[in-house]
Amino acid sequence: MFFRKVALSSALALMAGNAFACEISARVNIIGNEFPAIQTVGAGAAECTGSVVTKNLTADHKDIHVAGMQGNPAEYTSAIVANSTLTILMNDDLVRPLDDLVAKHGQSLQKSQLITVDGKVMAVAFMANAQHLMYRKDILADLGIEPPKTYEEMLDAAKMIRDKGVMQNPIGGAYAAGWNLAQEFNNMFIGYGGTFFKEGTAEPNINSEAGVNTLNMMKALTEYMNPDFLTHDSNATNAEYRAGNIALLNMWGSRAATQTTADGVTDAVKNGHAIAGPMTVGGGSTPASTLWWDGWTVAKNISDDEAEATFIAMMNGIRPELMQDAEVASQAVWLIEGYEPTEAAVGVFDAAKAGTVPYPMVPYMGLMHGAIGNELADFLQGKESAEQALADIEAAYRAAAVEKGFLK
Amino acid sequence: MKHRTFFWFFLPTGLAMFLFIALPIVSVVTQSVFAPHEAVLKTVENCTPLVGCTTETTIDQEATREIREAQPLGRFVGLDIYLDRGHLAIAELREAWNSAETWGDFWDRLFNLPLYRALAFTLTFTFIVTPMLIVVGLMIALAVNSLHRHLKGLMIFFSLLPMIVTPLIGSLILFWMVDSRGIIGSALVALAGDPNFSLKASTGLTWIMLIVYGIWHSAPFAFVVFYAGLQTLPKDQIEAAQIDGATRWQQIKYVVVPHLMPLVTFVALIQLMDNFRVFEPVVGFNASAHATSLSWIIFNDLGGETRQLSAASATSVLTIIGVAILLSPVLVRTWRDFKGK
Repeated sequence: MFFRKVALSSALALMAGNAFACEISARVNIIGNEFPAIQTVGAGAAECTGSVVTKNLTADHKDIHVAGMQGNPAEYTSAIVANSTLTILMNDDLVRPLDDLVAKHGQSLQKSQLITVDGKVMAVAFMANAQHLMYRKDILADLGIEPPKTYEEMLDAAKMIRDKGVMQNPIGGAYAAGWNLAQEFNNMFIGYGGTFFKEGTAEPNINSEAGVNTLNMMKALTEYMNPDFLTHDSNATNAEYRAGNIALLNMWGSRAATQTTADGVTDAVKNGHAIAGPMTVGGGSTPASTLWWDGWTVAKNISDDEAEATFIAMMNGIRPELMQDAEVASQAVWLIEGYEPTEAAVGVFDAAKAGTVPYPMVPYMGLMHGAIGNELADFLQGKESAEQALADIEAAYRAAAVEKGFLK
Repeated sequence: MKHRTFFWFFLPTGLAMFLFIALPIVSVVTQSVFAPHEAVLKTVENCTPLVGCTTETTIDQEATREIREAQPLGRFVGLDIYLDRGHLAIAELREAWNSAETWGDFWDRLFNLPLYRALAFTLTFTFIVTPMLIVVGLMIALAVNSLHRHLKGLMIFFSLLPMIVTPLIGSLILFWMVDSRGIIGSALVALAGDPNFSLKASTGLTWIMLIVYGIWHSAPFAFVVFYAGLQTLPKDQIEAAQIDGATRWQQIKYVVVPHLMPLVTFVALIQLMDNFRVFEPVVGFNASAHATSLSWIIFNDLGGETRQLSAASATSVLTIIGVAILLSPVLVRTWRDFKGK
């Protein structure tokens, strides 16, 4: 049975290999996140023949990719990364500049796919992502509310929905203490025009008016959330939305296409689901969101043969022909040539058009993100003032940054 | 035993202890007094899709590589990491002591610091769970022991279930049950008569939930040990007590418990150590907003995008010291008994 399976899959792989002519001569091993678009890229890379392609696609990729690429030779020859994770790999000098390989094998790439740092191509992006509004158009239409364009309008809409007795807690948000909560802070903080660091330094700069406004707005939103909000990550928030318990939420664009396809989604939610661009806040013009890309890298500590094989295999994972598959096209906002935006992509494109800023790519942003995630919960529970929470974040960040050598 | 025989008997254990206990501790201590080099930064132009090019700061890899090669361990920082805000926070403590007007104010500031906040929960958890689980374990053992022999096997199996279930899975199942839409959560909402009542949103209730979970999970361990101990209970002593007219309570108090005392010490030792390292329930219950523990801090420092190895090592060393302090009374007594003989 086992052998039959192996024979069958290798026959299929051979056919596929012939069809797309992807031949590699050295091992390829991929580490990355596990959402559907990345699964597609990984499967595409694995179609290559001539050598072994292995992949480890897991939500815990962030905990192992540095360790898996630090050795020489590195265990993983490619890491699938986003803005924040590329910085982490670059901090430890673990990714290889790709200019020579792009020139040799990258004809099908568009210029906008090349992530360049200091003039060198460090990653090849294949999709864009941003958090934006998702809402129940049926509920808003019943009450005669326009889809909110600002967070202030979102609060008004939520108040109306609650007052009319439609829903007790109409707003959803990924406010789980830790990474998710910090990301929501980042969105709002950027919306209020805040800057995380003093110009050109690693000195924190969040204990400001923008910071206080951010916290007050977050607190106001939580009044309309399920009281368990500090334990709700994006998955739990989505579950609430799919169950029809919330009507308004700021959610990742990469989840837009699958929002209504899960088991047990009620018909009301299926028919009422709608998306729009990210909201602004406090009269600002920059959306309270961040723009992300996902792309792949090639490890530094591997032989040139392996680097070339990895590049060829990954290129096969993002070849333009894939875009003709309607299901693949709906999985993400692809940056690949030939991609026709689907309905689910509206939110991310609106985010880009509205001038959403990219998630900061400075080397110490990860430490700031961590400090925010750990120190915000007390304020949202009403245990301390906004100023105290911001001072705590700065102090926690400072201790971490001194340890890591970014501050003295 | 001859010294030579003892040496060969002990060698495998000694070697394993050296490899798996002594060396890691040396490594952790070393890592906690070294930190990464100061980063050499430079400003570069980054280009990303949908946005275009922006000026950003990045690490100057060539300059950094030279420093790293010269001193691969990193820069020596002595006890700096131990004293910083993420750990013992000496400067913040002094500041709080000098400027706080009341004790309440001082405690507020103290528990605003991550290590002390974690210690507060860790110690509360340890000192409530350990005695409770011993009492509960003893009660289950006595109850099962007095059952008819046909029922005993079945009851032992069911009593052991909480320990058989993986801690993470056990806490996740309970976590879903106490969700405000879960079965226990909904029941509590109905009982409290407040639609916004949530167990997970309250720090006090979260602590209670974690403590109850801790007792539920560890009581079977105490039960198994005590049950085994009860099988060695001398029948004649019990009979003598019965003839003297002792009630069931008196029999337990004056015969059974003294007989089990060495086992109580054993269970207390193991469980003090285990509970001081409480970790899985904090993760499983997603409770880090309300309750953190020393082990959770280590996990948090190591994980994700921060990777603070020095901070995690320092907390590990502090945990080892904490366990040593907790166990010291028992260890001192054992040593005295040994010397006495």
